[in-house]
Amino acid sequence: MLTDNKLIQLDHISKSFGGQLVLDDLDLYIRENEFITLLGPSGCGKTTTLRILGGFETPDQGTVYFDGRDITHLPPNKRPLNTVFQKYALFTHMTIAENIAFGMKIKNKPKTYIQDKIKYALRLVNLDGFEDRMPDSLSGGQQQRIAIARAIVNEPKVLLLDEPLGALDLKLRQDMQYELIRLKNELGITFLYVTHDQEEALTMSDTIVVMNQGYIQQIGTPEKIYNEPENAFVADFIGDSNIISATMIDDYLVEILGARFKSTDAGFGKNKPVDVVIRPEDVELVDPEEGTLQGVVTHVIFKGVHYEMEVMANEHEWLVQSTSMFPVGTKVGIKVDPFNIQTMHKPESEDEEAIGVEE
Amino acid sequence: MKNKKDLLSLPYFIWSAGFIIIPLCMIFFYGFTDRDLHFTFANIASITETENIKALLISILLALIATLICILLAYPLAMIIAGSKLKDSGFMIFVFILPMWMNFLLRTLAWQTLLEKNGVINTILSKLNLPALSIINTPYAIVLGMVYNFLPFMILPIYNALIKIDPNVINAARDLGANSLQTFLYVIFPLSIPGLISGITMVSVPALTTFVISDMLGGGKILLIGNVIEQEFKQANNWHVGSGLSIVLMLFILLAMGLTAKYDKEGGNYF
Repeated sequence: MLTDNKLIQLDHISKSFGGQLVLDDLDLYIRENEFITLLGPSGCGKTTTLRILGGFETPDQGTVYFDGRDITHLPPNKRPLNTVFQKYALFTHMTIAENIAFGMKIKNKPKTYIQDKIKYALRLVNLDGFEDRMPDSLSGGQQQRIAIARAIVNEPKVLLLDEPLGALDLKLRQDMQYELIRLKNELGITFLYVTHDQEEALTMSDTIVVMNQGYIQQIGTPEKIYNEPENAFVADFIGDSNIISATMIDDYLVEILGARFKSTDAGFGKNKPVDVVIRPEDVELVDPEEGTLQGVVTHVIFKGVHYEMEVMANEHEWLVQSTSMFPVGTKVGIKVDPFNIQTMHKPESEDEEAIGVEE
Repeated sequence: MKNKKDLLSLPYFIWSAGFIIIPLCMIFFYGFTDRDLHFTFANIASITETENIKALLISILLALIATLICILLAYPLAMIIAGSKLKDSGFMIFVFILPMWMNFLLRTLAWQTLLEKNGVINTILSKLNLPALSIINTPYAIVLGMVYNFLPFMILPIYNALIKIDPNVINAARDLGANSLQTFLYVIFPLSIPGLISGITMVSVPALTTFVISDMLGGGKILLIGNVIEQEFKQANNWHVGSGLSIVLMLFILLAMGLTAKYDKEGGNYF
């Protein structure tokens, strides 16, 4: 069970490479038994954060605490956590059994213990009987599961996973997501997961940390991140969205593209410029006279589960997802439920845009 | 020719036929015949003559020592270059292979001038009131010449093997609890063995067969098997014994390469 015990704490971490700032004054804590995902585009600092936790990089400033103990300068081999690397990083000159046994042999565990653990770990990742195979003879998905088995037999308190599914194809990636959730529940340990894939993050995590340009943009549950993005970057990065400049006329009333919509947000002040986010599935298409805004359908694409349409209304192209189809050229009305309009402060400068939520 | 692309291999085919296969056949022909062109094993058996067996043994010994010194010098160096985060590790490699751009004979001749009784090194040593170095015309000078000439052939393959190792594989070993020494012993070194094997082959084979280095730095006093073969061909004008000894030497090299390759494949158990 997820507890409130803060297992890891990153305190004012900064790191730069060759003059380029990668992490700027980052604060983050990880609770025991949490599945926490660092999500962001490449270069956002998520992998550097993981490598600082693993001990492969030392921060320029700041402290890393593990269970209250300062581990900032502890080498990787002395840390009570294990890593699953991007592209597996298996020992190609050893058999699968030798790969899995590596950590235990280093720690001089008894032979029978090691044998039992290898069997247990292979069963856990559904690869019974692979002991004597060489890593080269395994598929990408199998190699990745061996990499996970090699890490978990050491009974780490935290497992760090660096884009572990990045090299796999879509179907395998989806299967592995369920495998990982199952593994985490069976093992009862903390997972820190790094990915740039928003779907992966939403599927597996207890907590998502959205990062951009070395700053944390938002921390929250998948639902919260998706439904209540705190800024345009998060809204744009997680799923499709309509991000539109608007004016907060008063509490609970927002003017979008000249039309006034009821809102559930308050406290922005009167006549304040804001950004609003409306998810495409939250835009309702109705008869023109019933809509708050009127527009014309310009594109229709069939996506399987739903139709994706573009609607031109008041010189803005709205992205709409709906199970019912409106042919190109249809005049439609646009309606949005008040609680589906997410209002955000407008960033006033580029710096503020990078820093995101921190004010 | 089934395929037009096969035509492209024709020049090499002619080359290897003319300069590798035919000469090899001739060596075997001479090696197994006497002066009257009758079949004989005598040329092969001549290796058992005291002089020849002595030359073969000292050749093997010196080649082994030179190879060992090359490994001891090249491995740490290759590790330093491969591990250096400098962008110009390519430049460092360039510096080490730069001497290869000069003629092999010239380089060996230069060592002769350096090491001579009244050579550059001894002049400097006497000016500093230090005892003179007298290694010219000794096995030491020959080993020195071998190491100097063949060192790049050891550095390059080891360096290549080391830079091919994924840094995350090394990180993984550290992550699983291995300290620096254990990481080297169980992961880095085993993964570099293919490079080490080619380095050993590329150094030990020319070292075993050389006659120029022993000629110039050994002063003709130390006969290696290469010198014996050279004398049979050039001074004794006996191509038959020369070829016979060459075949024996070839067998030794093939045997050594076979053994190292076998070890390379079998060396799979690292704990």
